[in-house]
Order: sequence, then structure tokens, then C-alpha cells
Amino acid sequence: MSMIEFHDVEKYYGKFHALKDINLTIERGEVVTIIGPSGSGKSTLLRTINGLERISSGQLIVNNFDLADKKTNMNKIRKNVGMVFQHFNLYANKTILDNITLGPLMVLKRDKAEVEKEAYDLLDMVGLKDQAKKYPAMLSGGQKQRVAIARSLAMKPAAILFDEPTSALDPEMIGDVLDVMQTIAKEGMTMVVVTHEMGFARRVGDRIVFMADGQILEDASDVNGFFDHPKEPRAQEFISKILNH
Amino acid sequence: MFTILFDHASELFSGLGYTLGASFIALIGSLVLGTLFALMEIGQHKWVRVIGRAYVEVVRNIPLLVITMGFYVIVPMFIVQVDGFTAGTIGLTIYTSAFIAETIRSGIQSVSSGQMEGARSVGLTYYQAMFHIIFPQAIKIVIPPLGNQFINLVKNSSILAFVAGFDLMYQGKIIANSTFNTFDTYLAVGLLYLIVTMPLSYLMRFLEKKWKTA
Repeated sequence: MSMIEFHDVEKYYGKFHALKDINLTIERGEVVTIIGPSGSGKSTLLRTINGLERISSGQLIVNNFDLADKKTNMNKIRKNVGMVFQHFNLYANKTILDNITLGPLMVLKRDKAEVEKEAYDLLDMVGLKDQAKKYPAMLSGGQKQRVAIARSLAMKPAAILFDEPTSALDPEMIGDVLDVMQTIAKEGMTMVVVTHEMGFARRVGDRIVFMADGQILEDASDVNGFFDHPKEPRAQEFISKILNH
Repeated sequence: MFTILFDHASELFSGLGYTLGASFIALIGSLVLGTLFALMEIGQHKWVRVIGRAYVEVVRNIPLLVITMGFYVIVPMFIVQVDGFTAGTIGLTIYTSAFIAETIRSGIQSVSSGQMEGARSVGLTYYQAMFHIIFPQAIKIVIPPLGNQFINLVKNSSILAFVAGFDLMYQGKIIANSTFNTFDTYLAVGLLYLIVTMPLSYLMRFLEKKWKTA
């Protein structure tokens, strides 16, 4: 079974047609980047995968759960599919350590000592072991985002969704976050990344999806080929705008 | 004024006791009710929101005196006999709960929606996220307006005087009527209210400062 399967998915906000006839399959271990102009439905698409947005029609299977089925418990999907947000969304009232351990303790009901040890290992991996007792407000954007990644990893998810993880960061912070993401990708994590970091898409992505106006216009396994010769006119326009600014 | 205070100390302090009692009960009651209706106002089901909203709008737009009279006059006619203290305290609780609900609702809604999404995205349920993430942040925000509500509540407890609730205001009225020393009596009553509200005011400021740093 594939990790994520969209079949003929439509999404409306009232009359606004946000996602149009989405068909997309993502295999386990794949790193898929989604690019496109703003308002093209990238984030909406991503947010349907862990049920933060409901689809209007079609079929969406994530880790063998049917998300179109109203009886499906969304919390079970979210346990298995992590999410990293543009604005980090760390819990402002909890320390860095507690941010990471809250999910494993409350949702997975795991042992506290064990969870904390793993949390320190994760913080070590993202280079923030000495920040464990601080609060999110005391950290820089890049540090917060690395904590957010550690928080989603602590749940040992089957996949992680990244919603423009570096868009809110100062330029000099971006590299550290992308390095952490690359490390995770190398370890075989299934990742869906909405991003404007074309370098990351090229280096790390196994596949690239180009969206515009709620549609998937291109879905290319040859990432470098896509950047060098995009087929769709909208993609050509987008790429040339990004590369020539 | 001091003559009044000393000569009528027992009545005044008994009144103060009733005022404190009614205020304390109403404070706890309205905080519980207010939190409940605040949660309903932002609830996940439409009809729950409608009920929460309707309660708040109806209650906060009726004068406190009318609500209290309702419990003192109408409830005994149909349901059960209640004394003035009970009717007054219930009226005060219901009335204040609508304002507290609005205060808490706005506090919860001023916590960034990303906090809820962050919590839901790791699989916490709505109520777990509310309890562990949203509420602790909202509390800090609502402490100052909540303090206003609590102080208003203590002062509004003078409504008990209208339904024979034996509170401070009620005793003041009786003393003023028997001594004809209206000025001094109400001065003493005012002073006794201050003795209750000032520490409350400072307590809220203390909590505000204490929780700001965390």
C-alpha cells in the first residue's frame, strides 16, 4: 500500500474551488516537494493529508486510513503523520523539552523517563540540546523550527508534512533547518514539503509537484529535468520568475 | 462615621459577612458557569454555539435587578421557596457568568490558532489541546479583565439589599433609616466595601505580574 493516495479529490471553501481533481500517490520513503505560486492550493493539499482540512469529495488514503470517511478518527492519523508549520506553532506555555514530550506522553501514553531521553537525543540531533529548559519565545526562528521538527519526530511518525518550513525565517537561519530536513530524508522518512527553496527541491526531493489554481499541472520524478525544461507554460513562467529575480 | 461604625458594628459586620459569602459563592459559581458557556460559544457543534451565544446575549442584556427579582419573585411562585440571600446570590452568579463567559471567550480566541493546530497535529484531542495548551495561555490574558469582573461582582452584591439578603448594603439601609445619619452610615458602608475590593484588586494585579513572567 502506498503511504498517501489522492483519488479525484476536490475541495471547496463555500464556492471557492481550492483543490481540483487531485490525483497523487506518494510511496513510503519518498520525498516529494510541492511548489507553485501562492494561492495555488499547496498548503491546502498538505493540510488535507492529516485532516486539518477536510476534502469535499474523492478518496484520500493516508497510511491505510480513509480520510473521506467521517468515522475515521483523525487523531489516529495525526499520531502517524507529523506536521511542521511555517510559524512553528510551538506551545508557548511549555518548555522546549515539554513541547517535544507532550505528544508521546499524552497521545502515545509512553513512559516519561524513556520519552525524555529520546527527546534529548532528538534535541542533540537538531543541535539544541542545551536549550531544553527554555521557552519557545527565547529561541530564534531557526531554532524554533528545528524544535518543531524534533517535536514531530518524537511521535515516530510514518510521514512528516512540511508547510513552508523556512518561509518565516531570516536567510541565515534557513540552512540549519534544511540540513536537518536533509538528514531526516536520508534516514528514509516519507516527506511532503511545500517550499520555495528550489535548491532543496533539487538536492533532496525525489519528485516535484507543480501546482497552480488548485490543480496539479506537473508531477515529475526527474527533478533536475523539471527545473531545466518544465513542460507546462505556467511552470515555465514560475521557474523563470524564481530563478531570474 | 466612627460612632456609626462602633455603635452598629455587629449589624455591619454581619452584613459584611453576608456580602463576602454571596460574593464568594457567586465568584466561584460564575467562574464555573462562565467557563462552561465560553467553551460552548466556541464549541464544535453549531447548536452548542447557538445556546452559548443566546445565554450570554440574553443574560448580559437584562439588568441585574430584574434577574434577581426574577429569582426572588417568580421562582417561588412556580418552583420552590427561596430566601433573599439565595435569590440574590443566584441572580448575581447568573448575571456575572455572562460577562465572565465573554471575557474568557475573547481570551481563548486571542490565543493564536496555530497553538491549537500545533497541538492537534501531534494527535491531541480538542479538549486535551484546550486544557493543556490554550487555557493556560488564555488565563494570563484574561486575568486583568477578570479582575474587573470580580470587583464588579463584589460591588453588585449590594443587589441583595433589594431582596432582603442581609448584606452590607441592606444593613446600611436599616441603620440609616433608624439613625437618620445617612451620610455617615453610607460612608462606613463604602469603607467596608473598600476593605473587600482593594485586596481583591491587589490580588489580581499580583497574579497578573506573577503569571506574566512564566
